[in-house]
Order: sequence, then C-alpha cells, then structure tokens
Amino acid sequence: MEKKSAVLVGVGGQGAILVAKILVEGLMRAGYDVKTSEVHGMSQRGGSVSTQVHWGEKIYSPVIGKGEADLMLAFEKMEAVRYAEFLKPEGVAVINDYEIPSSSIAAGLCEYPQGCLEAMQDSFRCYTLNAGDTAISLGNAKCMNIVLFGAMTKALGMDDIDWESIIREAVPEKLAELNIAAYRAGRAAAK
Amino acid sequence: MERCLMSGNEAIARGAYEAGARVCAAYPGTPSTEIFENLPLYKSDLYCEWAPNEKVAAEVAYGAAVAGVRSLCAMKHVGLNVAADPVFTAAYNGVNAGFVVVTADDPSMHSSQNEQDNRYYARMARIALIEPSDSQECKDFLQEAYSISERFDMPVLYRTTTRVSHSKSLVTLGNRTEIPVNPYKKNAQKYICAPANAYKNHPKVEENLELLEEYSNVCPLNRVELNGGKIGVITASVAYQYAKDVFPEDTSFLKLGLTYPLPMQLIREFASKVEKLYVIEELEPFMEEQIKAAGIDCIGKELVSRMYELNPQRLREMLFGTKPDTKKLPVEAVSRPPALCPGCPHRGFFYTMSKGRDYVVTGDIGCYTLGGSAPLNALDSCVCMGGGFTVGMGMAKAFEQTGQKKKVFGVLGDSTFFHSGMTGAAEILYNKGSVIPVVLDNSITGMTGHQDNPGSGFTLQGDLAESIKIEDVLSAYGYKNIIIVDPQDLTAMQKAVDDALASESPAAIITRRPCLLIKRIKHSTGLCEVSTDKCIGCKKCLKVGCPAIVFKDKKSNIYPTQCVGCTVCAQVCPVGAIARKES
Repeated sequence: MEKKSAVLVGVGGQGAILVAKILVEGLMRAGYDVKTSEVHGMSQRGGSVSTQVHWGEKIYSPVIGKGEADLMLAFEKMEAVRYAEFLKPEGVAVINDYEIPSSSIAAGLCEYPQGCLEAMQDSFRCYTLNAGDTAISLGNAKCMNIVLFGAMTKALGMDDIDWESIIREAVPEKLAELNIAAYRAGRAAAK
Repeated sequence: MERCLMSGNEAIARGAYEAGARVCAAYPGTPSTEIFENLPLYKSDLYCEWAPNEKVAAEVAYGAAVAGVRSLCAMKHVGLNVAADPVFTAAYNGVNAGFVVVTADDPSMHSSQNEQDNRYYARMARIALIEPSDSQECKDFLQEAYSISERFDMPVLYRTTTRVSHSKSLVTLGNRTEIPVNPYKKNAQKYICAPANAYKNHPKVEENLELLEEYSNVCPLNRVELNGGKIGVITASVAYQYAKDVFPEDTSFLKLGLTYPLPMQLIREFASKVEKLYVIEELEPFMEEQIKAAGIDCIGKELVSRMYELNPQRLREMLFGTKPDTKKLPVEAVSRPPALCPGCPHRGFFYTMSKGRDYVVTGDIGCYTLGGSAPLNALDSCVCMGGGFTVGMGMAKAFEQTGQKKKVFGVLGDSTFFHSGMTGAAEILYNKGSVIPVVLDNSITGMTGHQDNPGSGFTLQGDLAESIKIEDVLSAYGYKNIIIVDPQDLTAMQKAVDDALASESPAAIITRRPCLLIKRIKHSTGLCEVSTDKCIGCKKCLKVGCPAIVFKDKKSNIYPTQCVGCTVCAQVCPVGAIARKES
C-alpha cells in the first residue's frame, strides 16, 4: 500500500494525543508500519499543537512537509487554516466547528479570522461538525476528542478496523460507554 | 519478541537497560528529557538520577565508567557546552567500562536558543560519534556504542535530533545483557590528567582513533544498499529517512551509523560505484567537508541548506526544484504565542517588574523567559543557563564604570539556581556587583515538564531527598538581606522590590510559590469573575498577560475553564470589578 499521512491539529489540552494513540493502535493491528511525530517543549497550555501519523507497508520519514498530507483532523477551525498548506490538493479535512481565541485575540488586539470553515470547504473535501455541542449533549464536554475521532474514521474509510474495542481499551473503564457513544455520534455527525 | 511503538528517547532508555548500563545521570533539556523520564522503569537493574547540571551528570557517569560499570549521561545540545570540560579530558584518560554521552540536537530550534551541530564535538574531542536514525536504531546502536567505548578506550558521543528523539516508530525489544563489573584498579598514569600524563595519553588517543577508523569500514552500523550505479547518497541520522522518500528507487545508499571517524575506505569504494554522489545531512557539512577533503567529489550544501531541519518536501525542493503542491486560502490564522499559564506564580513578579523601568532585568532559560513576551515585556536579556545573574553582573559593572546609576535584577528559577546560578550568586557578592539576584522558586523544573531538582525534595527514582533551601545557600554565602515573598501578593511583591533596591546590605529576593501544575501538591483553586456592571473597560487587567482574560464588548471577561483564581488581575483592577469565588 502507498504511504498515507494524517495531521492532527489543535490547541494544547484538546485531547489530540489520545486520538493519535487510538488511531495508531488500529493501524498497527491492521498490520501497517507506522511512524508518528510531534514536537514537545515550550508546551504551555493554549499553544498550537500538531501530530503527524504515517502508515503503509514501509515508512521512512516520520515527518512530511507542505502538500503531503492525505487527511487532516482539526480540533479547532483556525488551526485547520494554519496547517492547510500541509494538505494535498486532493486531501480530506475533518474540521471541528469550534473556536478557541489566541491570547492576542482574547486581549482585544486582533480579531478571530472570519470564514475559516468556508475557506477550507471551498478548497478541500471537508467533513465538518460541531463536536463541542455533540459532546455536551452526551453529558461530558471532555469527550469532544472522541466525537472528532468518530468523524475522522468516516473520512478514513478503514471500516475493517474494530475502532470501538480499541477505544474501550484506551480509556478508563468507567468512561468506556460515554466514549463509545461519542465515537458513534461523531461518525453520524460527520457531513 | 515483543514489538511496540516507541519514541527514540524511550528506545534509548530501553537500550541502556538492555546493554547492561548500571549508572545513569542527566539534566533535563528538550528534546532529551524523556530518556531519563523512562529510565526509572528499569530501576531494579540500574541507578538513575537527575544531576544538578550536565557537567555533573557527565562526571558522575564517567566516574562510574572508571569504576568499571557501563554508564550513560544525556543532555540537550547546549547541555554539552556545559559538560564539555569532563568529556574532553575523559577522551584522554579513557574508560574502564563503556561510557556513552547522549546529545539531543534541536535543528529548527523547536525549543532551544540555537541550532548548534554537536557532531563537531566528537571531532574536536577525538572520540567516536554514533547517530541512530529511528527508534529501533536508538535502542540497538547502544550495544555497539558500549562495545566501541570499551574496545577503543574512549567516550562515545551518541547524537540524536528532535525528530529522532520525539518521533515514534516500531521497536522489537530484546533482553538485558548482564555485563560483569570490570574491577577497578588504581592507575594514576591513566586517570590523573596531570600534564605529564596527558602528554603521554594523547598519542594513545590518536592511535585508538586510527584503529577505530579502520574498524569503521567494517562496523555493522555502516551499511551499503546497492540499488543502481547512477546516483549514490551518503547519509546518516533522520536525514536518511528523508532521502529514502525523496530519491528514486534505483538510488544506492551508504547509510552511516558510526559517523566519526568516517569510514573513508568504504566511502571511496561506494563513490567509485556511482556516477553522481550526494551527501545528505541536516545542519552543517560535517561529513561533506571531510569527504571533499579526502578528494572525493560530491554534492551537498551547494543545494541543501545548513539551516533548519529538513523534511522530504524541503529536500525535494532544494535538490530537484519541485515546488510543493498546496492550496492558498483567503484567510490567515493568528499566531498562538506561548504565554505564562493562568495562575503561574511568575506572573506577579514580572507584572511588578514591568511597571518601573529605571532598572535592567537580565533573564534566564526556563518558563520565566516568557516574562519577556508581550504584554509583560519585563526582560532585557536571556542568554544561557545561569546567565541571568552573571550577564546582569557584567551590565552592572559597565554601568558603574561609566557613571550610570542603573540597578540590575538578575533573574532565574530554582532548578537553574542549582544548575549554574550558585556560582553567579557568589560572583555578585564577591565582586560587589550592584545586582539584585532574584530566584523564582516554583519548586520544580518547569519548562521541560516537571523534573525534580535538589530543591524539590524527591529524586528521579521517586525517593524522598534532602530539599536544599535556596535561602540557606544564599545566607551561607553572606547575603544579609534575603527577602522571601509570595509573588502572587502584588503589594508584598512591590515592597520586596522596593526594599531590595533600598537595602544597605547585600540583598536577594526569593519569590516562592509552587507551579500550579505540580500534581503532588494540593493547590487551593478558585475562580475569578468580572462584575460587568463595575467593569469600566480600562484594560488594566489585560496587562498581566493572562490567557484566561478575554476582552469582549468593551468589557473584560474571564474564561471559567481556564481561570484558577490566582487574583493577580483582581489586584490590578482599579475599580474592584473582579472578585474571587472559592470552589
């Protein structure tokens, strides 16, 4: 199989690491060679974060550059715009319709950019959802990441991987049902 | 055998365990830190510690190697500047068991102050250099590193980069090899670096290096992948992975793991088999210059930049001019610069310093470097670990010499104080500098992700330790006026600064409040709220630079999910519009 690459982007603290872990576990079980890369350090809360995941028969580089990602999962919509240049023109984006202002926006020094979602939709094949609202309707705002992961699996199209049992093993037992519900809701909501 | 996904750093920890290492010491620094965060997993078989600084770590590990057990020390690239002294002389003295020094370089400066290429240290110290290119190699190459160290009687420099250390790839685990202790025998000629001994030891260094170069041509870490005669690529480290993605399939590779001394005979043979030879390496032309000096024609830095980390797309563009295929969006993202966390104890200090500007504030490496960012803008300089005190000292002396009445505050953190601030504190007192040393004591090594230090009361292996008090050290030196203050109390903080400035006897300030992210401490948290009726929209609270405060509809608002109720904003509000609610 050709090498595939996904970039997971968001703001520190949104739970991207757990999502990457679940994705990687599934890909490993499906027998792929897998490499991931993220940058640590200067990791104050609220910074822009990105994780890359690559899989295929044999993977060499743990990182990709501009125009090389097949799939993007954006936990926040301005972050989708920030990392859009990493997507191939025919790449697919799964975007959370969710805003987290940066410190300069919060301080009133500049505005949150308008039209992030529309710009992405005009340029790429996109699945968008409001995973924040979905998570709250399920009773726990913190499962937003798994809602997004559910949406991502729809874009990924690798339905032979048993994601539900991987999620069950990756989260604390008492939160398993909530996260399975979040995964299913995300899959259903991705449009 | 078990296969699992590991970062390069996790794999190095595993590799040290499998290779039979017994004594390991390090000072944290991105991107090397997780090596030692993972070593306690194996603490029933080895001893590991956080040393006060990299020099101490290298000395402890070297001492263990002299005593006859395999040892490891690790540091970020700039850490090796600190540890260079013992490493250079250890090269002359040699070892009694394997001694490996890990340096984790940071091309692109993801979290560093420069992107120095530490491969040159091996050449200058006349020691072996080994560079793994993925996690499996990070683990496996350590076995060979130890045997080279023992066979050729020298320290081995083991170099990773951010992408080698932090990328994860599949690793097949092995078992631990128990290495018997090589009993220590006194050998003054070898281990005492007196000039007469060093004079005799230097020829041995050169002899061993020559033998090692001979061996490098057959060393299993260097391998040829012959795929065709048109293009050949000599490469090492993560650049190998990039080159494999970029060059056509019929490209031949000479993939090097032992990169100093270079296997020149092997390189010559490889070069003779290909029409066009490339040397692909990140940062400096370390291999290329030596290969060209040996009279072998190759292409390298004419095309490949010596700045910033590479990736397949950058390499493709530099080598073949292939522009990336991307789409340009009509909107642009606003940057998210790092800021001190909500509730960070450093905020109160820097806010206080940001108000008066008739003094200079020399800073240091740590979370508190962020005190230099907007809107606080409370720092004048930041150079290196410990420099907060002593760069300040130099400025103070210059002001003094030229009749300028400027006071200097030299600022660093608790871990940095033990790292290299203590010598600076002695300097200020001894040479009568008009510098007020300030230690921002948050009880932890913060920026690298919460490692223990001599002041924190715990060791790396999780045992209780003596917690060295900074005020006791300063007082033993002779500081007569040591002001300990809670930086979150702005009135007290201002008074501490004023008192220190007015002090007749040598003064120092310790701001003391633990980092809010320390899990073993129970923090009192609450929530600050803005009374919209009272808020006059003056934006004074925005000057404290707290990410939890948002200015919307001409009023300040506080994010309840981010606020921890530290009240620094409430203390600066001129109309009392912000109040804390207990939770």
